[in-house]
Amino acid sequence: MSGTVGGVRAPHATSARIDELAAEGRAALIGYLPVGYPSVEGTVQAATALVESGVDIIELGLPYTDPVMDGPVIQRAVEHALAGGTRVRDVFTAVEAVAALGVPVLVMTYWNPVLRYGVEAFARDLAAAGGAGLITADLIPDEAGEWIAAADAHGLDKVFLVAPSSTPERLRLTAAASRGFVYAASTMGVTGVRAEVGSRAEELVAATRAAGGEHVCVGLGVSTAAQAAQVGRYADGVIVGSAFVRPLLGDEPWEERLENLRTVTRDLAEGVRTARAGDGTTGQVTA
Amino acid sequence: MPDATRSLQDQQGPYFGDFGGRFVPEALIAALDELEAEYRKAVVDPTFQEELARLHREYTGRPNPLTEVPRFAEHAGGARVFLKREDLNHTGSHKINNVLGQALLVKRMGKKRVIAETGAGQHGVATATAAALMDLECVVYMGEEDTERQALNVARMRLLGATVVPVTIGSRTLKDAINEALRDWVANVDTTHYLLGTVTGPHPFPEMVRDFHRIIGEEARAQILDRIGRLPDALAACVGGGSNALGLFNAFLDDKDVALYGFEAGGEGVPTGKHAARFSGGAPGVLHGARSYLMQDEDGQTLPSHSISAGLDYPSVGPAHSWLHDLGRATYEPVTDVEAMEAFRLLCRTEGIIPAIESAHALAGALRIGREAQAAGKEDTVILVNLSGRGDKDVATAARWFDLIDADTVVDGEGSSL
Repeated sequence: MSGTVGGVRAPHATSARIDELAAEGRAALIGYLPVGYPSVEGTVQAATALVESGVDIIELGLPYTDPVMDGPVIQRAVEHALAGGTRVRDVFTAVEAVAALGVPVLVMTYWNPVLRYGVEAFARDLAAAGGAGLITADLIPDEAGEWIAAADAHGLDKVFLVAPSSTPERLRLTAAASRGFVYAASTMGVTGVRAEVGSRAEELVAATRAAGGEHVCVGLGVSTAAQAAQVGRYADGVIVGSAFVRPLLGDEPWEERLENLRTVTRDLAEGVRTARAGDGTTGQVTA
Repeated sequence: MPDATRSLQDQQGPYFGDFGGRFVPEALIAALDELEAEYRKAVVDPTFQEELARLHREYTGRPNPLTEVPRFAEHAGGARVFLKREDLNHTGSHKINNVLGQALLVKRMGKKRVIAETGAGQHGVATATAAALMDLECVVYMGEEDTERQALNVARMRLLGATVVPVTIGSRTLKDAINEALRDWVANVDTTHYLLGTVTGPHPFPEMVRDFHRIIGEEARAQILDRIGRLPDALAACVGGGSNALGLFNAFLDDKDVALYGFEAGGEGVPTGKHAARFSGGAPGVLHGARSYLMQDEDGQTLPSHSISAGLDYPSVGPAHSWLHDLGRATYEPVTDVEAMEAFRLLCRTEGIIPAIESAHALAGALRIGREAQAAGKEDTVILVNLSGRGDKDVATAARWFDLIDADTVVDGEGSSL
């Protein structure tokens, strides 16, 4: 795999990896895990399980007290992570360990923890840990001047979000400000497992590309192989969160939960790998 | 820095100095833009203004009076104290001013559903009231802890036809109710307006909610001039999110000789950490869409706030207050639970007015201002207090605080036999 060598980050690792996978004829599978659930070490083990089972890019969540873009599954995990004493510096520890696996590692965060840490200091320490960049859930480019400057100085990805409600003007603004990819929210809502991926997602990806978005990945509500295959046909990447966190929330022994996570991951990985093959059905999964 | 081409009272968002902005998910930006555009059209539309003025007059009961409270003022170092009687508004607090304005905007935008957060229940009751009046579906998010300490207001909202959703995640108070309301709004923004209840949140809420409350200060300024022929020396208001305070202050912002005091919840005392005194124990940060003073730890995690008064129990504050604080135009001080409850009882006993516990923080602050003025040798001090709400909702809390329930009274749960 390219992008990182021994945990040392190469610039633009995320877009390079997406381009590589596109050459192989498929979308990237991007997996989210909150740092500190059930422990920092557990997060690294779970991320390792994701990578070994076919996830291409890891998104590590910085746990925050007021996650307004997250649904009940991720809220539960994050609340547990905070109650367990997870700190911002633990995120850098986890980033370093996961980047050593050779995959691009992005951090998903709400804005206040970065602001409090110091935007420039955060960018410096994230880059030093081998992180690829930030996904900012509640920071729009209009408010992001300080972050954009710091990210540019440290060669970090800036992943901003677009939504089905975004106007063409805002799609252009957001696409121009983003690096790595543009995160297209599949639906109007928060993270969670949904029966269907929003029908507006495909239109949004097309509109975002038309607005200048180089790579557009889709998240929110993707939880099955069939959904991953469906999204993987038109998007550059498929972002999965709650469906990876849910198997970890059970009461079973940790090893068993990791095994359940591997099963879910292999299934979704199969979905993105067959998305653009033949008639586009997964062959294994019925929706 | 403030926009030098505008007076302080006419500052516009998205920023008040270094504070405010729009720190929200992109999914909400289109709705915020729509709201701002509709609001800017409405403020210059005589039909809108006439309808709002009619509702103030015929439904809310404005203008409400300015009441001098001489027996209470005997404890305020010889100052004269006047109360702006927002407690006499329909629904019992200032909250109705903003709710009616936003509900009229909802009708203009053609939306059918409103959601709201509430702490003490005052804003939830006001929203449920406006929704009933204007035939809107209404869902109110309320922290589970607050539904317990304000059970009567939960019943009031349900009587008015609203759905009350207890929020069981996080600290189960106002901030978590706002989180849930924001999640609902992101998912339902096409049909739903978030009827935010205070001068916080993303632009245009801080500016728009201020404007719907500026009538408080405009009435009070005319009333005090009429009564005593001059402006007061000081204003006092409680500050949770800060809507009643900003509503009162706004008309006086450009009157440099009028001192402005905002009183925050000091809870069990700032040194204990159990308080909601953002200007004493907080630092600038982002919560719920705006940059403002915020109670946070060294990692930027929101710290739980604490107050006997649910309406002041919020870890951040409206950005315009942070701006006025940093400009030095207004002074913000904590008032503890004990001080507030003493002022609460004093107003009951001396004037026959039961204030909301929120407003009792402003009353305690007025006693402090008056005594300090006396100690400084000042004479003829006049203090104007915003009595932002009435205390009916707080009778159970006060009864427990002052141990007013006879031992043989059977109390069902949280004092509901009262």
